Amino acid sequence: MHLILFLVFAGLCLAGAINLLLQSHPINSALSLIVVMTSLAVLYLLLGAEFLAAAQIIVYAGAIMVLFTFVVMLLNAGREERTLGSRVARAVGFPAVVAILAVIATVILHAQGLGVARLSDGITSTEELSAVLFTKLLLPFEVTSVLILIAILGAVALASHCGSEEQGTGIRDQGSAVTLAGSDNRILQSPQGNAERTGEE
Amino acid sequence: MSSLFAQEVPLSWYLLLSAALFSLGVVGFLITRNLITVFMSIELMLNGVNLSFVTFAHQWHAVKGQIFVFFVMMVAAAEAAVGLAIIIAVFRARATLAVDRIDRMKL
Repeated sequence: MHLILFLVFAGLCLAGAINLLLQSHPINSALSLIVVMTSLAVLYLLLGAEFLAAAQIIVYAGAIMVLFTFVVMLLNAGREERTLGSRVARAVGFPAVVAILAVIATVILHAQGLGVARLSDGITSTEELSAVLFTKLLLPFEVTSVLILIAILGAVALASHCGSEEQGTGIRDQGSAVTLAGSDNRILQSPQGNAERTGEE
Repeated sequence: MSSLFAQEVPLSWYLLLSAALFSLGVVGFLITRNLITVFMSIELMLNGVNLSFVTFAHQWHAVKGQIFVFFVMMVAAAEAAVGLAIIIAVFRARATLAVDRIDRMKL
């Protein structure tokens, strides 16, 4: 039973990851990344990490991927173009990555004393986890909360002020962002957009 | 057929899966030309590493391995928020998401 579950969800995981690379539209890539993260949550459960499986679905598949899909739709991102740079990266990058994967796989397969995972191993309860997290690791936990606070402030500051010509209020900036995203064509036809495109070509 | 219903899976398989996920993330980082897809490849790499953390936490019955994954998730959430805000700012300034066109810091 464990083997079947592992094979099914590991297969889903790899299929989603490969699909992420093959799709040319970002929204398809985002959806396959959600598949990867959800099947990883099942694998965490198989390994007995109950809290992490829940956190994986809530934080990764929920919050982070909603942010991604929201930005993809807000920016109206189209399909990507293949350029010279990507061909070079393909020619050099693929062999290098395959070599790295081969080295890691050799190390893993030759490792001694790696155990097996059984469904009967039991789960690490959230109580056990929090007992360590809130006693021995309390300082890192608090520092993380400060980090997240800084990230929130940084995200708001970056998204509301950068690149807007008129120094309006936050609400006006929001409005201009929506019109920016709403019509991709209008941006490209505006004089500024044209000047930028001709300048680059 | 009975082996298919085996009750145990070697931990090295989990580690191999995590190495494969990480490598696919690196490949995506190299070959995709869209800023958002490049960012998603980074998330894929983080997930691959998380799986190997959980596997080793299971191997040595160590709770701290799982707590480290929790911290990685928190940092990834902060990173996603800031990174996507930067992407929005870049798109407002350049009106493009192709990484080949975003090659100068100044406008």
